[in-house]
Amino acid sequence: MELILFILFGAIAVGGAIMVVTRRHPMASALYLILTLFAVAALFALRQAHFLAAIQVIVYAGAVVVLFIFVIMLVNVPENKLPMERVTGMRLLGVVAAGLLILESAVLARKFAMPAGSTADAGSVQAVGRALFTDYLLAFEITSVLLLSAVIGAIALAKKKI
Amino acid sequence: MMEPTAYLLLSGILFGIGVVGVVARKNVLIILMSVEIMLNGVNVAFIAVGSHLGDPTGSIFAFMVMTVAAAEAAVGLAILIAIFRLKETIDITELSVLKW
Repeated sequence: MELILFILFGAIAVGGAIMVVTRRHPMASALYLILTLFAVAALFALRQAHFLAAIQVIVYAGAVVVLFIFVIMLVNVPENKLPMERVTGMRLLGVVAAGLLILESAVLARKFAMPAGSTADAGSVQAVGRALFTDYLLAFEITSVLLLSAVIGAIALAKKKI
Repeated sequence: MMEPTAYLLLSGILFGIGVVGVVARKNVLIILMSVEIMLNGVNVAFIAVGSHLGDPTGSIFAFMVMTVAAAEAAVGLAILIAIFRLKETIDITELSVLKW
């Protein structure tokens, strides 16, 4: 059962990702990005990481992509002034290099050997929350500083006059 | 539960597609979206191995990656708006003031 769902959602995620990088208009890319993010959230739920699945939908599909769509509408480049995509030798080499990267990760993934753990609910809200507020409390607090600096940076950059 | 091998392979494929988007596209918006795909590919690997080992650390790391991704999107898009106001373009090959 898990295998069937994995193949289904994995295919949706990969197909959506391919559509994101091949569409000409960024708005189409953003909508396909939402599809990919939902499929990845489903894969998280399949791995019993329910907390991360919920966060994925709320933060990514709900906030980050909306931000992208806002900016796409804000800059609103007309269809005929979108950058012309041409195939050059350098780009082709980049695509080939990315293909080799996938091949390499496939070889490494086949050699994956780690003993399975005992606890089944490692991704539940309870387990993640407990780890987040005990072992990783410092990292969690520093995250708030990161978000604060991102907010200040975004305002400072996007404002016309400071 | 399945072995994480298939998830690691999917993670590599998503990361590779993101790399293709970053190196082969000119539209800055699509490049930023490709970076998000790459980060998502990494998250898939974290979650798969974390649940395989029965350790919440995988989820914590994926959570941190998401935080960084949100901050990166906010700052990156703000930079994009500032540049667009100045140069009226989202073509990455024309944004070469910092290039020597």
